[in-house]
Amino acid sequence: MINDQPKFLTMGDRSLLVELSDEISLEVNRRVRSLYYSLSHRKLNGIIELLPSYTSLLVVFDPSVLSVSALRTLVTRLFDSPAETRIPEPKTVEIPVVYGGDFGPDLEWVADYHRLNPSEVVRYHSDTVYHVYMIGFTPGYPYMGEVPGEIVTPRRDTPRTHVPRGSVGIAQKQTGIYPVESPGGWQIIGRTPLVLFDPHATPSTLLEAGDVVTFYPIEKEAFENWRQ
Amino acid sequence: MSPGLLTTVQDLGRIGFGRFGIAPSGALDRVAMRIGNLLVDNPESEAVLEITLPGFRAKILTDVVVALTGADLGLHINGEPLGPWRSYRLCPEDILSLESLNNGCRSYLALGGGLLVPEVLGSRSTNITSGFGGLDGRPLRSGDIIKVDSPQHYLHAGGRKFDLNAVPSYCNDWELRVVMGPQHEHFQGESCNRFLNAVYQVTAKSDRTGVRLHGPRMIISEGQPESIISEGIISGAIQIPGDGQPIIVLGETVSGGYRKIATVISADIHLLGQVLPGDRVQFQAVNPREARQALWRLEEGIGRFRDSLM
Repeated sequence: MINDQPKFLTMGDRSLLVELSDEISLEVNRRVRSLYYSLSHRKLNGIIELLPSYTSLLVVFDPSVLSVSALRTLVTRLFDSPAETRIPEPKTVEIPVVYGGDFGPDLEWVADYHRLNPSEVVRYHSDTVYHVYMIGFTPGYPYMGEVPGEIVTPRRDTPRTHVPRGSVGIAQKQTGIYPVESPGGWQIIGRTPLVLFDPHATPSTLLEAGDVVTFYPIEKEAFENWRQ
Repeated sequence: MSPGLLTTVQDLGRIGFGRFGIAPSGALDRVAMRIGNLLVDNPESEAVLEITLPGFRAKILTDVVVALTGADLGLHINGEPLGPWRSYRLCPEDILSLESLNNGCRSYLALGGGLLVPEVLGSRSTNITSGFGGLDGRPLRSGDIIKVDSPQHYLHAGGRKFDLNAVPSYCNDWELRVVMGPQHEHFQGESCNRFLNAVYQVTAKSDRTGVRLHGPRMIISEGQPESIISEGIISGAIQIPGDGQPIIVLGETVSGGYRKIATVISADIHLLGQVLPGDRVQFQAVNPREARQALWRLEEGIGRFRDSLM
C-alpha cells in the first residue's frame, strides 16, 4: 500500500527521509522513481544528493541554503502531482551467466534446499523478468526482484569475505550482481562476464533503478572469450 | 615516501553519484582538511593526504609549502619537532616525518598547489573498498612519488598560522551531538534513554567505513522485524545491527538495512575522523535548529580564518 501522504523522517540536520510505504511493490518503487525525477529536474539550490531506494527517497541538503519546511512543502506538492514528471524509459538489459561450478558455488546448495535439480534452479532464475528496485551496497550493485517462489532462498549463514566481481546471487526474493569484489552473504549461483561498474566509463554503471533485466545461461568457454 | 599505517588521497568527496551506489568517500575530518588547504593558499576543496596514525615519512623533491592539520602526530622536519596547524616552506632533500601520537587519529597534509592525481567521477578522493580514485584507487605505498601542481606559485604561503585556541580539542572522551531518528521509535523507550546516558567505548574494528562502539545493547521493541527495507544513508547515521551495538556510519556507504537510532549533527561529523579505538563516546540529543546553529558557528569560525588571510 502506498501512503496517502509521504512520511517524513529526520536523518540528522542535513537529510530528510521521504517514505512512501512500508511495503515493497513495483507501484511504490515507481512512485519513488517519479519523485526522484521530479525533484532532480528542478535542480534546486541546496540539494546535494538524492538517494532513491525500494520505498523511500533520501534527500541530502545543505541546511544553510534550504529549510526542512520548504523541502517538505515541495516534496508533498510533487508527490501529489506525479503525472507532471517525465520519467525516462527504463532500458532492458540481457545478462549472460555461467551458472554453477566454480562460478556458482552455491547452486547445488540452493537446489538441495528446494529439492530441485540445479538445472531447474537455472531455468527458474533465467525465465524471470526482473525489475531493478535500487542500486546500493557497492557501485552499480542492482537489487532486483522478484525471484520465483520456487527458488526464494535465505542468505548464507556465514557471509563470504570475498565474493568475486560478476557473481550473481540470491537473497530471499531478491537477486543481485556483485560489480566489484566485496564481502557478501548472498547465495552465489553464477557469474557474468559483463562489467557492471567502470569508474572511467560514461555512464559508469551498467544498470540504474527502474531498468528491466533478464538472465540467460552461457557456457564457461563463452565467458572466457567474452568481449563487451 | 613511506605511508605508515594508512595514507590516502582525499578531498571533499564524490557527490551526486549516490543513486548509482557510489559512496562519497572524502576526508573524514573536513574541518582540518579545509584549514590545511587555506594555510597553503589552496582552494578549501583541494585534495590532501589523509594520514592515519604516526609512521608517515616523506622526502621532499621540490620547493613546496606544506601544512599539517588535524591529529597531532608529532611533525618533524629533518628530525626537528615542529608545531602543527602552520604552513612551512620546504626545500629539496628535506625529510618530513610523523613520529608520535599526541592526540587525534588522522592528520591532513596539504601541499601548496594541490596533488596531481586525476579526478574520477568529479573527485580525487580514494574509494578504497571499490578501488578507484586518488592514486590508482589505492592507499599510498612505500616508494610512491606524489606530484604537486605548480608548487612554485604557492611558496608565498609559508609561515601562515591557524590560531591554536581555535583548534578543535581532540581528547579521548568525546561528546557528540545527535538528532534522534529516523528509527528511534522502533527501540524500547528504555533503550533510547540508555543510548543517551551511556558511555560507549570505540572498538578496534573501527576504520574509514565506520566507528564501531561497544556498550549497552539497544533492544528493538517487540513486534519489529530484525531489519528494515534498505534505504539511503548519510555519514554520521548511527545504525544498530542485530547485536545491538551502535556503528556510526562514515562516508563509504550509501544504503543500509539496519535501523538508525540517531544521526551525528553536521557540526560534529569532522570529529569522527579523530576518534581512536579505546576512546569513550557519549551522545547528547539536540534538535535540528540547535544543530543548524552549531553548524553556522563552526562555518563562521572557518570563515573568519579565511577572511584573515585576505
